[in-house]
Amino acid sequence: MQDLALAAVEAALAAGARYADARAMDSRSEVVAARNGVLDAVHRDERIGVGVRALIGSSWGFAAVPDASPAAARAAGERAAAIARASTLVAGPALELAPVPPVVGRWVSECREDPWSVPLDEKVALLEGVTQVMRDHGATTAEATTRVWETRKWFASSEGARIEQHIRECGAGMSATVVGDGETQRRSYPGIRGQYGTRGWELVREIDLPANAARIADEARQLLTAPQCPSLDATDLILGGEQMALQIHESVGHAVELDRILGWEAAYAGTSWLDLAELGRLKFGSPLMTITADATLPGALGSFGFDDEGTPAHPVDIVREGIWVGVLSGRDTAAIAGVPAGGAVRADGFNRIPMVRMTNVGLLPGEHTLEQMIAATEDGILMDTNRSWSIDDKRLNFQFGCEIGWEIKGGKRGRLLRNPTYTGISPRFWGSMDMLGNRDEWRIWGTPNCGKGQPGQIGHTGHPAAPARFRGMRVGVRG
Amino acid sequence: MSAGIAARVLELVRTRSAAAEAEVVVRTGTSALTRFANSFIHQNVAEEIDHVALRVALDGHVAATSLDGAPDDGALARLVAGAFDAAAVSPVDPAWPGLAAPAAVPAVDHWDDATAAASPDDRARGVAAFVAAAGGLVTAGALSTVALHTAFANTAGQAAAGRMTLASLDAIARTATSDGVARSSSVAFADIDTRAAGERAAGKARSAADPTDLEPGRYEVVIEPSCVANMLGFLLSYGFGGRAVEEERSFVRIGEPQLDPSLTIREDVTHPLMAGVAFDAEGTPRQPFDIVRGGVPRAILHDRRTAAKAGTASTGNALLGANPWGVVPASLVLVPGATALDDLVRGMARGILVTDFWYTRVLDPRTLVVTGLTRNGAWLVEEGRVVRPVRNLRFTQSYVDALAPGNVRAIGSDQSLLADEDAGSFLVPSLHLGSWNFTGGARG
Repeated sequence: MQDLALAAVEAALAAGARYADARAMDSRSEVVAARNGVLDAVHRDERIGVGVRALIGSSWGFAAVPDASPAAARAAGERAAAIARASTLVAGPALELAPVPPVVGRWVSECREDPWSVPLDEKVALLEGVTQVMRDHGATTAEATTRVWETRKWFASSEGARIEQHIRECGAGMSATVVGDGETQRRSYPGIRGQYGTRGWELVREIDLPANAARIADEARQLLTAPQCPSLDATDLILGGEQMALQIHESVGHAVELDRILGWEAAYAGTSWLDLAELGRLKFGSPLMTITADATLPGALGSFGFDDEGTPAHPVDIVREGIWVGVLSGRDTAAIAGVPAGGAVRADGFNRIPMVRMTNVGLLPGEHTLEQMIAATEDGILMDTNRSWSIDDKRLNFQFGCEIGWEIKGGKRGRLLRNPTYTGISPRFWGSMDMLGNRDEWRIWGTPNCGKGQPGQIGHTGHPAAPARFRGMRVGVRG
Repeated sequence: MSAGIAARVLELVRTRSAAAEAEVVVRTGTSALTRFANSFIHQNVAEEIDHVALRVALDGHVAATSLDGAPDDGALARLVAGAFDAAAVSPVDPAWPGLAAPAAVPAVDHWDDATAAASPDDRARGVAAFVAAAGGLVTAGALSTVALHTAFANTAGQAAAGRMTLASLDAIARTATSDGVARSSSVAFADIDTRAAGERAAGKARSAADPTDLEPGRYEVVIEPSCVANMLGFLLSYGFGGRAVEEERSFVRIGEPQLDPSLTIREDVTHPLMAGVAFDAEGTPRQPFDIVRGGVPRAILHDRRTAAKAGTASTGNALLGANPWGVVPASLVLVPGATALDDLVRGMARGILVTDFWYTRVLDPRTLVVTGLTRNGAWLVEEGRVVRPVRNLRFTQSYVDALAPGNVRAIGSDQSLLADEDAGSFLVPSLHLGSWNFTGGARG
């Protein structure tokens, strides 16, 4: 397969490209889903092909072919060059890629128990079992899913890089939905999207779905009769770790993508409120806020050995003690912005162009426990587990909903609250963070469904997060 | 070619088991997209598509596999073996509805040879025309062409084949304080007038420049077609989906006047302006039917599974693969009215003209309360006249309430195709709605 990538690169060069890179990929995935105690779907897919990028002048072309033959790879290389040549009709400014020493290497993700070695009937039994328990505890709809991905890819570039990677990812999640009088309530575990990592099946065993099935169904039923989250213009808000992962993903991760900042996503995903001229001095949040993008975190869903431009994984400081200091970048965007290549470019399969994606973007831990935050809060609300998320095209104004809330009075967690929502403006929100969970509360969440790009791509990202407290937040926005 | 691959897969299935039930969907073709930003092409891609999806049922044990790769004998054998292996260890699916019986599909051919042959140079020239027509404003967007052949076959004897082309432009022109958008989709690339689109986007951007804040609250709105498609997408998926109804998550009550009597919503792949093929992933013909007639829900969208549970027939809305949504609209038409867009605006006493909704998310699936923001231009209208552009606003609004009886003031005579080869197509007009709940400004 390495030869296929090389053949594609050589064909692109022969057709006039001044730079080319290619990925030959062999990947497979599996989804097993159960619903209400019964298997709902078993789906396995396989994808094999080659994707190649060619650069002519400052213009890119990309072509992909679902074929692992040398002739198809060469044709894809030639086609990529032809597309790049067409791009020169509407060319941008001169471009030199940010330098990255070409690597010849191999990387294999950590995997103690191969997810493909786990018998399918064991997976089915797990999912049918937990959905039946949720049904027995009153769920109108009980759903559970396991997902497995395995990717082998061979990268070659005209600069001499030759990289092989073998990446296995998996995870699971479940939810209980109950229908009440005119509305529904839902509880999920471990989070709305489940929990995923660049790990083996040991991750699924660790999250222990069976131990939590009855609880979430019971909580969903209790929410039906819980009072509404009050509508308040300003209150103290404590967010649980899972919701913090979503908050980081949406309001920090996407905002610091350099392609968005440069306007490359202006017509679709949007831009960013951040201005490169303020990099290194803009106050993004409170001094408690230190965020890194670190693709080297073992087992996290946004981890890899090399990105899809051949840049070795490495940690990048994004926000340091509240000051914005870094971006997520690739070799072309980094060159334009005058920063080092960030190693944050990946593609969703052989047939998609590599683009700037989050790696593992998250908070370094603080000093408090969740219980200390509650005890320190006279009057506030605790919310956890994402239910809805909406944010503007500059990643500035957000409104997020959670599955569950609790009233906090006099430093104690009180009654349940249903339909909790909060809204805010990113730098004001992060600036109001005055307590942050410690290492014991800190956890890396995996997001397997980050959408971006045209044609659409689904990215896998990781988010280290911990509970945190925010002051003076608007909550309880309703229609 | 697609039909031949489907037949070959069924042969392999029969070789392994004469009793197996199996269905195959094969998609082949080309998808290309030219993307530009800061007024230059920055991403320009093309892919060859070879997709084979197989679902088998062995005495009620069901599993599905798919292949994106060269459909050679070895790959197809692996595909079939994988499905059999997975089915063998799956428990019996008590809700397996069986295969679609042989039935003719509607005669549609949403295809254009020139679009299928569109080159990167064609798309680049289209982009150049858009950029030039924007008159110096910064531009960004995407111009795409797709040509797909789809074939279906199952062991019950149903076989169908179709083809589709689709060309789409979705692009903006930008001032320092505003964006203006232009969209155009058609089966034929030649219908996409990128120069006119550039002028339109630039005009909208200039008229939206230097927006000012508007106090949140309830306003009349005129919403343009992309907003209407957004509303109908949620309304149909969450309300009219067979699974949502079965699980009592839907607001829909068939036969009751739940929506404004001016609203008639249809599935109609045969509409001359529509895109797509005339059968679904289970081989069920997509016969046209009314979903809502005169504000009254008349039909629920079904695949074979939800239809069997409801004791009815599939409506041809099955999706490929393991999807959590059950069914989605495929070729949705909101029957247009007689009022031109300008006259919709003239009909507002005090309201907001909205170009696009953005990042809409459902807060409650039963009441269909949705939060989102405006994008690409919003204007305050007073006494029928556009007064000034306003900054983007956040809304939190029940889509069901917004379309309830008495709330639709007028339906536009315009019709825009908003199409995606995977996510379905919407042919929709603009709407004048009586009340929309804006809950905040995008700046806080």
